[in-house]
Amino acid sequence: MAKQLTILFSTLLFFTISANAQDVVKGKKIYETRCLACHQADGGGVPNMNAPLDGSSNLVGNNIARLVKIIRGGYSEKIALDGYYYNNVMTANPDLKDEDIANVLSYVRNSWSNKASKVTVAQVQAVKNKK
Amino acid sequence: MKNLKTIIFFAVVILALNLNAQNNAGLKLPEGFKATLFADTIGSARHIAITKSGVVFAKLMYPNKAGKSIIRLEDVNKDGIADKINGWANYGGTGIIIKGKDLYATSDNDVYLYQLNDKDEVVNPLSPKTIVKGLIAKNQHASKSITLDGDNNVYVNIGAYSNACQEKDRTPGSKGMMPCPILDSAGGIWKFSGTKENQVYGDGKRYATGLRNVVGLDWNTQSNSLFVMQHGRDQLNSFYPTLYNDAQNAELPAETMYELHEGDNAGWPYVYFDPYQKKKILAPEYGGDGKKEGGENALNPTVFFPAHMAPNGLLFYTGDQFPAKYKNGAFIAFHGSWNRAPLPQEGYFVAFVPFKDGKPNGEWEIFANGFSGLAEGEKVTNVRKVKSRPCGLAQGPDGSLYVSDDARGSIFKISYAK
Repeated sequence: MAKQLTILFSTLLFFTISANAQDVVKGKKIYETRCLACHQADGGGVPNMNAPLDGSSNLVGNNIARLVKIIRGGYSEKIALDGYYYNNVMTANPDLKDEDIANVLSYVRNSWSNKASKVTVAQVQAVKNKK
Repeated sequence: MKNLKTIIFFAVVILALNLNAQNNAGLKLPEGFKATLFADTIGSARHIAITKSGVVFAKLMYPNKAGKSIIRLEDVNKDGIADKINGWANYGGTGIIIKGKDLYATSDNDVYLYQLNDKDEVVNPLSPKTIVKGLIAKNQHASKSITLDGDNNVYVNIGAYSNACQEKDRTPGSKGMMPCPILDSAGGIWKFSGTKENQVYGDGKRYATGLRNVVGLDWNTQSNSLFVMQHGRDQLNSFYPTLYNDAQNAELPAETMYELHEGDNAGWPYVYFDPYQKKKILAPEYGGDGKKEGGENALNPTVFFPAHMAPNGLLFYTGDQFPAKYKNGAFIAFHGSWNRAPLPQEGYFVAFVPFKDGKPNGEWEIFANGFSGLAEGEKVTNVRKVKSRPCGLAQGPDGSLYVSDDARGSIFKISYAK
């Protein structure tokens, strides 16, 4: 029983540390200055206009390259997501460094109800759609 | 035992109905007004129109679960709640208006005309006349709103597929295009014949320009002129953080009402209206700094409102049911903001502006509030959690005001009891 508790405690501690890691803190700052105006503080977006991030199957999915491309290059097509359509334009962020993109993706993939793997700088570097 | 269950069931139903009547379907209204939930969860109800017999029609942004996008609602037993509901058509859109037995409805590209019979049922659900076709729709501001004048002309909003006509839309540092090429085919109101079929751009005329996006519009029969509500531009702080902070962006620019005559220009994208300086200010994409004025030849607003509230419905009230102050005044359905974040949002209510002889005659006020479902005084911070978003307005033959909601899919009926 004591052993089980220790494992449980260690696991909790691990997740707590992970959630507060520097990259996520930096990612939050980028989210607040670049993303929050449209995607909103709760990550819920705006119905029919700005796609939600919280609960988005695209965002927590495994296609990291697609996410990186959208952050760098923006998105101007109507997007179908989880049964709804969103039609506003997403601003491109060509000036964000690979590290910034990894941080903000790690933040949004692990905020609100989202739980997904963090994104590494190497994963972002591997995506070639830079100007 | 079974009887008891039945009695309890009906008691609960009656109680629920009473509560609905007592709490005015959750709305907060001026003294003497009552509201019923005329319909609920019918789909994304954008604009609505009502026949002389009181049958309500709603245009849905997307087809509902039954695959229908124009919904007919009739209150046969006259209890203020629609009890006969059906629909037709499978294309999304916003605009709908009725004149006599003619029902006009829009997709994002076209304007269609349906015929109603003497019971106000649609005669040709599968074969409407195409009145206008091929209008520009590029996702952003794609919906087409319509109204009619007294001479069988239809006025169509063609929204600009852009925020501020930048070379690259919604991109920091991207310059505004000069002149803005979008204005040739969008960013204004176009006038077409309401009876000729298969009209394209060349058959109509650009009636007024310099309007970023209009969703609410109505013909004022006192002034015999068109009035529109413009959605002001977004994101001054996102793209020009050195000129505008979050708090300034939340209040800039004003949402504006214009009275339009042929050839008018409301100034978008070159200027926006600042509600504090009460001036047309040069947009930063065109060299503005938040103070430089511009738009010498552009209209001044007839009325202006707080920023970003998204006016989606406009209706001049011509009924006799409401108290005298409402006669000929303007009701505006504010869909509610998103671009005030990180500050709390505004709107999500129906406002009223008194008019006399076709001119504003007093300050605007909130008429119906509480659509968001939040407690009184609580501001919206999570847009997706909002219960209802006011979108369309229509006047019933008895003078009641109907408000549609495209979030939950409700229609509210607001009446006044002397």
